[in-house]
Amino acid sequence: MARTSSARSLHLGVDLTDAGAHPAAWRTHGSLGARLFDPERLQALVATAQRGTLDLVVLDDSFSLQPSRGGSTLRGRLDAALVAARLAPRSSGIGIVPTVSTTWTEPFHVSKAIATIDHVSGGRAGWQVGWSVADEDARHVGRGPAPTEEAAVAEADEAAQVVGALWDSWEDDAEIRDEATHRFVDRDKLHYVEHDGVHFAVKGPSITPRPPQGQPPVVVRVGSEASLGLAARRADVVRISATDVEQARDLRLRLRAAVVAAGRAADDVRVLVDAFVVTAADRAGAEARLDLLTELDGATWDTGSLTHVGTAADLAGTFLSWSREGAADGFVVRPASLHTDLDVLVDEVVPALREAGAFRTAYAGPTLRHQLGLARPANRFETVAEVAR
Amino acid sequence: MSAGGHRTRIHLGVHFPGVNNTTVWSDPRSGSQVDFTSFEHLARRAEAAKLDFFFLAEGLRLREHKGRIHDLDVVGRPDTLPVLAALAAVTERIGLAGTINTTFNEPWELARQFATLDVVSGGRAAWNLVTSPDAFTGENFRRGGFLPYAQRYERAAELVAVARALWDSWDDDAVLADVATGDFLRPGAVREVRYDGTHFQVSGEFSTPRGPQGHPVLFQAGDSAEGRDFAARTADVVFSAHGAFEAGQAFYRDVKGRLAGYGRSWDDLLILPATTVVLGATAQEAAERAREIRLQQVPGPTAITFLEQVWGRDLTDHDPEGPLPRIEPDVENLGITQGRVRHVKDPRAVAAAWREQADANGWSIRRLVIEVTSRGGFVGTAEQVADGIEWHVREHASDGFILVPHLTPGGLDEVFDQVVPLLQERGAFRTEYEGSTLRDHLGLSRPVARAARPRATARPLEGSVR
Repeated sequence: MARTSSARSLHLGVDLTDAGAHPAAWRTHGSLGARLFDPERLQALVATAQRGTLDLVVLDDSFSLQPSRGGSTLRGRLDAALVAARLAPRSSGIGIVPTVSTTWTEPFHVSKAIATIDHVSGGRAGWQVGWSVADEDARHVGRGPAPTEEAAVAEADEAAQVVGALWDSWEDDAEIRDEATHRFVDRDKLHYVEHDGVHFAVKGPSITPRPPQGQPPVVVRVGSEASLGLAARRADVVRISATDVEQARDLRLRLRAAVVAAGRAADDVRVLVDAFVVTAADRAGAEARLDLLTELDGATWDTGSLTHVGTAADLAGTFLSWSREGAADGFVVRPASLHTDLDVLVDEVVPALREAGAFRTAYAGPTLRHQLGLARPANRFETVAEVAR
Repeated sequence: MSAGGHRTRIHLGVHFPGVNNTTVWSDPRSGSQVDFTSFEHLARRAEAAKLDFFFLAEGLRLREHKGRIHDLDVVGRPDTLPVLAALAAVTERIGLAGTINTTFNEPWELARQFATLDVVSGGRAAWNLVTSPDAFTGENFRRGGFLPYAQRYERAAELVAVARALWDSWDDDAVLADVATGDFLRPGAVREVRYDGTHFQVSGEFSTPRGPQGHPVLFQAGDSAEGRDFAARTADVVFSAHGAFEAGQAFYRDVKGRLAGYGRSWDDLLILPATTVVLGATAQEAAERAREIRLQQVPGPTAITFLEQVWGRDLTDHDPEGPLPRIEPDVENLGITQGRVRHVKDPRAVAAAWREQADANGWSIRRLVIEVTSRGGFVGTAEQVADGIEWHVREHASDGFILVPHLTPGGLDEVFDQVVPLLQERGAFRTEYEGSTLRDHLGLSRPVARAARPRATARPLEGSVR
């Protein structure tokens, strides 16, 4: 594990949701709006991100159609986990992180879906934990009202706990193919998780052998006290929103303290700030692009987090200064328009960061954990067995 | 859509060898059941041979025997749908079919997953819809979620109705992405769905675009009268267990005979039994190889475990190469094995019949198990196997087959190399894909979205979809 070089490298993800973070992105030149659901459009975006040795791509998801805000709203989503699987075989190095909700989906299914994406990608899956408080989602399912955020996050917390246990329910060397005894597996290395919690009971073991990373990294977006607690207990990567460097630093420090309070090491968690970007060759050009997007959308772009409207060089400078100030371990870039701003990120921002010695020049290894500088965790069941021996 | 489909008489799929005792893991050529390279190998080889589809099974709980995880067969598999989605990236034409149990998922979720698979594969998705009444499997799921047997098909029918209503709620050309007017969706092209049934109450605007096939191809595997009716009413393909000729003909007549009752025609439903193929340079060599494979599939401990399922007791003190147990089955302990196994109804009668059979033929336990678990299949030269496959289809014992290899991942390579070319030379199997979707390959028509359907031909949906 190339811990030292990863420690020096910023971590950069890119959000591939929709045509970009700006609602009007699909209406801009070259956005390929008509090909929004074409997997090859996404495959090309992943290839671009991979060219820039970015850590990961993240795919948002929800059961519901995007709410219509008038005729120009981009609407429609594909199942993020299956899109992630579709993108995995023809990429390498880069992590692929779909959102999968725990509110209406069984944790057993979440566990084996992410484990399988990890298998088909050779250890590049992550899981962005989703939960749903939308009445709309609840109506789609028809099993009762939507939970409160507190309840949904508590259930997500329990689901994440079970998912992690299921990933460990096979020891790495459980498959033995022992011809002498005709045994395919050593069943002493398969473990019932025997989870009997507040929200559900799950017996285990998983049907899917332990994923290559052991535990694919868990990503949690923090936007509330409840989700901060979830992140502190379960996340390897935390996404935060912050509009200035002080706010980000305060939140990052709070998170690190909460991680320690949860019995973990502060350095086991990467804190990434969501960074919304509109880029151009000069600042006036970027502002003109945003003006056009605003006009097309008919509303001001309210991002709630770091928003950069300017040049690639200035964006690299912002990333470096936030990093130096201890405000972030990296960023999840939300290109206003994927088609335009992802190219700029990879072709101009990344080289500037590399020049400054702040970003990797090659992937640190084959897995997402390698890029994040996170060691492959020991198996919780294996540890128990060794202590008992 | 089905243009040219009728020229291809035979339909062939491949089944990824999975978690059962027909998959031989002890052979030196046997590869991983989990590595993506194994799935990719079989899917790409099958596509090169122009087969209709690749099929992946599912199991949601590891099987147990005598209260412990069954360890003699292949154990463990990746999740069906992500594997199929990943295969969509490395193949272009072959259909991608998977078993998904409907008991532990919401219809909304399944509908969007299959719509997604259809979109990201360019119209190649198929769903083998199964239901589980199984409390054992339910222990892995929060709702426990098992059903009285009688309600299984009722629930499945509702689930299909909801899924189809959701798939039909987007028009094919719903995505307009008109930069000039700012219309992303064509006005009126996405309609709200309301379903108020016994098992499901679902409403809202569906989130996922309609796939190229309109609806993914629907497989059904149930064999009971109810299952056959369900298939005749609802399915596009029956994954049949009746591969033998006479049984195949009877099943074929029975199920196809039910179609008219549901306003469907003979060609709207394909019957595809699972089968195996063992080839040899001569018939004798093939028979010898088939015997060797059966010995590999049923090693001594597997034979004992198989008997224990009927006897309901521990028989590990018996020699698999020796005679059958004289002790009677414990009829109180029929749940000795759990997780997708068939239990015998009258163990004492079965035990008595087997003892008689073994005594009369001088068979050991292992030989008896090999004999009673043999499922036939095609054994012979490539020419003979091609003849056999053609004969079944010509004589309406099936519309083709789902080929089940005993080795992962290369177990069908010689079938692709030797048998498929013969069928192609005879004009009985395609030499090129004639369309791009699985519906094209199978010669199935493409369902029309609801708003686009002429009122007179609109099929009423189950429950009350408005």
